[in-house]
Amino acid sequence: MTTLKVNGRDHQVDAEPDTPLLYVLRDDLALNAAKFGCGLGQCGACTVIVDGKAVLSCVTPLLLVEGKPVTTLEGLGSIETPAPIQRAFTEEQAAQCGYCIAGMMMRAQALLQKNAKPTDDEIRAELAPHLCRCGTHMRILRAVHRAAHLMRSADASTVQRSAQ
Amino acid sequence: MSGTRVFASVVAALVVAGAVAAFAVAWRPAIAAIDPPAPQSFDTALVKRGRELAAIGNCSTCHTLGGGKDFAGGFPVPTPFGTIYSSNITPDAETGIGRWPEAAFRRAMRSGVARDGQHLYPTFPYDHFTYVSDEDDRALYAFLMTRQPVHAAARGNQLPFPLDQRVVIAGWKLLFLRHGTYQPDPTRNAEWNRGAYLVEGLAHCGACHTPRNALGAERASASFAGGEADNWSAYAINAQSPAPVPWTADALFGYLRHGWDGDHGTARGPMAEVVSNLSEVPDSDVRAIVTYMAGVFGAPAEDRKRRGEEVLAQARSSPAPASPTTTEGASIYAAACAGCHETSRPLPYGGVNLVLSTALSSPDARNAANIVLSGVRPVEGERSPIMPGFAASMSDKQIAALLNYLRSRFGKQPEWAGVEKTIADARRTQTVFLQTSVGPENAPADANQRDKP
Repeated sequence: MTTLKVNGRDHQVDAEPDTPLLYVLRDDLALNAAKFGCGLGQCGACTVIVDGKAVLSCVTPLLLVEGKPVTTLEGLGSIETPAPIQRAFTEEQAAQCGYCIAGMMMRAQALLQKNAKPTDDEIRAELAPHLCRCGTHMRILRAVHRAAHLMRSADASTVQRSAQ
Repeated sequence: MSGTRVFASVVAALVVAGAVAAFAVAWRPAIAAIDPPAPQSFDTALVKRGRELAAIGNCSTCHTLGGGKDFAGGFPVPTPFGTIYSSNITPDAETGIGRWPEAAFRRAMRSGVARDGQHLYPTFPYDHFTYVSDEDDRALYAFLMTRQPVHAAARGNQLPFPLDQRVVIAGWKLLFLRHGTYQPDPTRNAEWNRGAYLVEGLAHCGACHTPRNALGAERASASFAGGEADNWSAYAINAQSPAPVPWTADALFGYLRHGWDGDHGTARGPMAEVVSNLSEVPDSDVRAIVTYMAGVFGAPAEDRKRRGEEVLAQARSSPAPASPTTTEGASIYAAACAGCHETSRPLPYGGVNLVLSTALSSPDARNAANIVLSGVRPVEGERSPIMPGFAASMSDKQIAALLNYLRSRFGKQPEWAGVEKTIADARRTQTVFLQTSVGPENAPADANQRDKP
């Protein structure tokens, strides 16, 4: 049994230590946002956040993440209460088929957590490992900027509220 | 005249004489600027030859910044003395070499002096380029002067005083720069001599593969004994080569031509750019380089040859059934690495069997750390070797455990000293390297495939 800390909750997982994190998330925990794309760590569809960093879960065996906090897209927000990154992607209609988008959002989220106001170039460089064949790239770029804006204004409103 | 005054006069005379001597050593005249020559004024065959020579000289690697324009400079070269930025060698009139006559270009190649008389730092390897023939310099000049001009001012170097004073370079040259054209060895054939001319000159292999002394000059007594490039270790490529299987001329040819060899693995780091460039030059030049380098490697001693054969036999046999994974490193290898490195998928797309890995048998852990952290990036638009990097998913401690295990199981060598520090340093420097390096532009794959649409 391995204890896996996902979206703030501890899960007891009965899986071999070499099982890819992605399989555990999807098959054991029914967290299906992260997708299986290439299985080789080359397309980005399986990206989740581990310990604050964007990680390719299809090439990350369970034993590497034991004890580290894992966040999936489900952990950021829901349909009822979307996180800024989810709201921004919806508002910009940044998905076409959507297969790559969960991974894109997770890496963008990790970027925004360490860089609140990234430039176009920084976003492009960061998302370079992600493949999207539909071609919504420009919308994705806009969505990340929008998310950055939403997150900054959310921070500001929190400050305002606490100041009141 | 009192004794004091005599002494003062002698000192003054010495100071003046010293200043005159220093001036003579350090001062170089400017060469008159020209109007940038029209690209069509250069012979196309000469330009084509220049393109091949520039590929052999690997000029683009240092003179192009990742994401920047070709040959526009600005690439940071880390040295023990500070960071030196490469210059713009496009024919831009103001910030490039557009106003350089051929004589100024040749002088820069021969003796590291810019058109305006300023000494150039020896990160520009003129200690090798001094051997390039007039004819080849002319072709290189024609090639560079017909590139797209790019307006990009040079970045200031980050060097401490007094190294930021270019007059210091004149002293360095006095000590270490040996002029002279390549003298063919009459006891060797033309191919060997051609190879020696290229390797010691334009290809400047020793700039990375020869260790340097405290003043940053190559140690002549340790030619090709292993050096470094951009925080990668450049392996010894003489008799001290750490490759588990000794290199042969044929293996070397395939490696330099296609970027990988079945008995040694895939070129990566700065060498990936070298082989990418070499995939564009005539077979005969690569063959000449190989002929010369095979001599530098030397025929392997009997015991080394036997060891190589054992390693090959081991690599070709089916992998031993996984032993019980008792250590952290063994578990990580089994879970994260073996899936690709122990399959029968052949190189260059499968992972190399790690018993063949030079990185693991090398005295320096840097390359192994670099590759675990950053993986092998795919080349855009072409089939190429790949490996995911584990920088985000493995902690330094986990990588250290993995490297120690790989070193002992596959490298069969005593543990590397200070492996955790190597990993921490690699984490820092690789981030910079991946941002600044252009990376291989052409997949060094089968040349037969390359000209297909």
